[in-house]
Amino acid sequence: MAWNTYKVARVVDKLSTEYFAVRSGCAVMDLTPMEKYRITGKGAREYLDRLVTRDISKLRPGRVTYIVWCNDEGKVIDDGTLFQFGEYDYRLCSQHHQFDWLLMSAAGFDVQVEVETHDVAALAVQGPTSYSVLTAAGINGLDQLKPFAIADLRCGDIPITVSRTGYTGDLGYELWAQPADALPLWDAVFGVQGQYDIHPMGLDALEMVRVEAGFVMPGFDFNTAESTVRNGYDRSPYEVGLGWVVSLDKGHFTGRKALLAENSKPARRRLTKIVVDGNKPAGGALIFDRKNGKRIGEIKCAIWSPILKANLALADIDYADGRLPSRLWARIDYQRELKWLSAWAECRVQSKPFYNPEHRSATPPARY
Amino acid sequence: MTERTNAIIIGAGHNGLVCAAYLARAGLKVLCLESADSAGGMSAPRTIGDDYHFPGLAQAVYPVSSAIRRDLKLDQFGYVPGEAIDTVALDANGKHLTIGTNSVSGEGLPESDEKAYPIFREQYLAYTKTLRPLFDNKPPRLKDMAFADKATLAKLGWNIRFGLGREAMNEFLRVAAINIYDVLNEAFEDDRLKGAIAVDAVMGSAMGPRTPGTVLTWLQRLQGELNGPMSLQSGGRSQLVHALTQSAEDAGATVRFNTQVNKILIENGKAFGVELSTGEMLKARLIISNADPRSTFTRLVGAPRLDAMFANRVTQIRGTGVVAKLQLALSGKPEFTGLPEPQMGGRLLVAPSMKYVERAFNHSKYDEYSEHPVLDIAIPSLHNNALAPEGHHVMSVNVAFVPYGLEGGWEEQKSTFAYKVISQLGQYSPNLKSLVVDHELLTPLDIEKQFGAVQGHWHHGELSIHQSFMMRPLHGAAQYDTPIEKLFLCGAGSHPGGGLTGLPGRNAAKRILKLGGAK
Repeated sequence: MAWNTYKVARVVDKLSTEYFAVRSGCAVMDLTPMEKYRITGKGAREYLDRLVTRDISKLRPGRVTYIVWCNDEGKVIDDGTLFQFGEYDYRLCSQHHQFDWLLMSAAGFDVQVEVETHDVAALAVQGPTSYSVLTAAGINGLDQLKPFAIADLRCGDIPITVSRTGYTGDLGYELWAQPADALPLWDAVFGVQGQYDIHPMGLDALEMVRVEAGFVMPGFDFNTAESTVRNGYDRSPYEVGLGWVVSLDKGHFTGRKALLAENSKPARRRLTKIVVDGNKPAGGALIFDRKNGKRIGEIKCAIWSPILKANLALADIDYADGRLPSRLWARIDYQRELKWLSAWAECRVQSKPFYNPEHRSATPPARY
Repeated sequence: MTERTNAIIIGAGHNGLVCAAYLARAGLKVLCLESADSAGGMSAPRTIGDDYHFPGLAQAVYPVSSAIRRDLKLDQFGYVPGEAIDTVALDANGKHLTIGTNSVSGEGLPESDEKAYPIFREQYLAYTKTLRPLFDNKPPRLKDMAFADKATLAKLGWNIRFGLGREAMNEFLRVAAINIYDVLNEAFEDDRLKGAIAVDAVMGSAMGPRTPGTVLTWLQRLQGELNGPMSLQSGGRSQLVHALTQSAEDAGATVRFNTQVNKILIENGKAFGVELSTGEMLKARLIISNADPRSTFTRLVGAPRLDAMFANRVTQIRGTGVVAKLQLALSGKPEFTGLPEPQMGGRLLVAPSMKYVERAFNHSKYDEYSEHPVLDIAIPSLHNNALAPEGHHVMSVNVAFVPYGLEGGWEEQKSTFAYKVISQLGQYSPNLKSLVVDHELLTPLDIEKQFGAVQGHWHHGELSIHQSFMMRPLHGAAQYDTPIEKLFLCGAGSHPGGGLTGLPGRNAAKRILKLGGAK
């Protein structure tokens, strides 16, 4: 499928192989299509502070943070990661194209914003053995690299930047290199394939692991603000469970006034992590307050989690009086021998990520 | 720190003074800060040398509304609208047209035009009257409408449908958004007459007669006529600004001159004071800006303290000044070929046809000045001989269309241009050139520098349809309140726009009081 003018595979080889590579071995994915923006200049910090909802005052050179940005109405435009390289030097990565928004936001700041999507190749190396794989591939210096940290390292002759970041909820790294070095880098990583179980991964496996990790995907789980046509179809950070990255007391940022107003009122809805009973594929199922009751939401994405043996989903749920309804029932429409049937499944709400293994954040990571 | 000030108004232009006077009358302690050494902004009198006094940028004006006169007791403070004047459409061959409020006459004028003129005027005055509820109130919000908004729209709807009647309503709706060029061609034959009316539709705007929306700008100008006839500002105590200052001060407002505001102080999204160029900080519960919305938001507030989209919209406000002011100090009375002396006290226009006006406008689009500009001439000293030494006169000329960003820059070309305008005037007044003892030319660039109006635009933003009513100056700040709590707008950039009407100031004050004043 297409991703920012690149072609990306949903499945490279076999979905189960790729999924288990992330969860119990090592999976590699080409992240080059990810939009990358270089943000530099004396006013870069001030600019970013006004751009994003999060308090980034603790961000330092050599660190990465997760960010969300909103329009004036406090609706989510996209999320992404913000890398700080130097005092006035940042990289912002996002799934969707954001250049126009970033440029528009730059008025009045001493800042330069440049697209470097095609100038930086990126490789995600994820899974419990990713540390051992990369070390075996000749990258030294990963042992003390903490989650959300960045280091300039080498893979043999190839200069690379490594960040301990990812979208899988597992131990993992992202390697950033010159496009010309991308293939040799790939070959270097896969050079230890005999020693370790390494597989290229497609988007379907990524979808499974990101749901397990409880990560939202703007544009899929909810409409992004600047692509929404109908009134009320866009979502605020609170509504998609990203209230934790909103700092209303950090000073001015775009959307603050709207979010202050929203925050002072009872919650209207939330994107909620639920475990759906049974094993019927629940994608797109409607949520009711009881069997054949009132419709109160819908499932935005759902997967069967092989590692948890559970039916996991993110569902957009209408709140009543500012509270999550106490009971949720999914009506799952499914086919059996081409015949459509409906089944009711009760849903249990989960507040923490579905899957968050300890080995994900250990420093140094376990060796295999 | 003056802790006790309730409201700081930035700019003592006439709208700032109107707002100050209203708020002070409502019991607020108002401090008005003016960067110049006298009040009035663009309508403040100016002087060349020691002896030649000019009325300011606004030379021909309509009376302010009776509501403002009454509420602010302006008559008591000496306000007297000037005597009614005619407009003279000058003709190079001396066949001038005299255009009054209800009649037009002159050599060679077709009889059909003479008959059509009063009917046409009446028709358009009726249209502008229907718009009155919109001008007298804050623009309605279309989303989350308040009762007052519904009332404004109901009045407007009633006026359009029942005030005008069915046929007139249809005609009004047909012309409201089209151009004055088509409308005048339908109504009249005489080029001089059409040229003169077209000037009223486009003067002050970067629009030619063929620009869509020029009927609306004309209707906006005609609003003034509902208050009384046009007159020349001729200085002295009767001038509006003088009475407004008196009225505001009488009600307890203070005006501080030579005080330049550099920054609006904001904390937690709320304005709480201003910082002056001297570094002094003044606090108040309300900050009200009579400055241009673009400079208010980009310079005084700063884009970083606004949401990105709003800040971007501010930069998109259209409004490039295209009118220069030429003020001439004359050693004697100028003569205009074929023009009887009594008519010289009127408003004299050089706009012999709509084509002429359109062509003059075209140059400004390409950052050139026109060799044949539209001229709007007044000789205020004919009404007040104190403006110049005995036997001498002052002449004030609006020159359109003159680009803000002249190619090659103004510095080098300013005196050439002044000379060209004087030569152009010489075609109508042969003795003028020999009488000029001094002159001052204010290009749009000068107007920006001296009055803070971004790009020298008279109205702090074009009076185009997309920047009018609930879109003036821009979505998000069209009801006088702004995204910054306790920061308000009260100037010409706000609804209903420019002109010496005082309406933005009055509407803003009403809005501020409605929202709780200084509480």
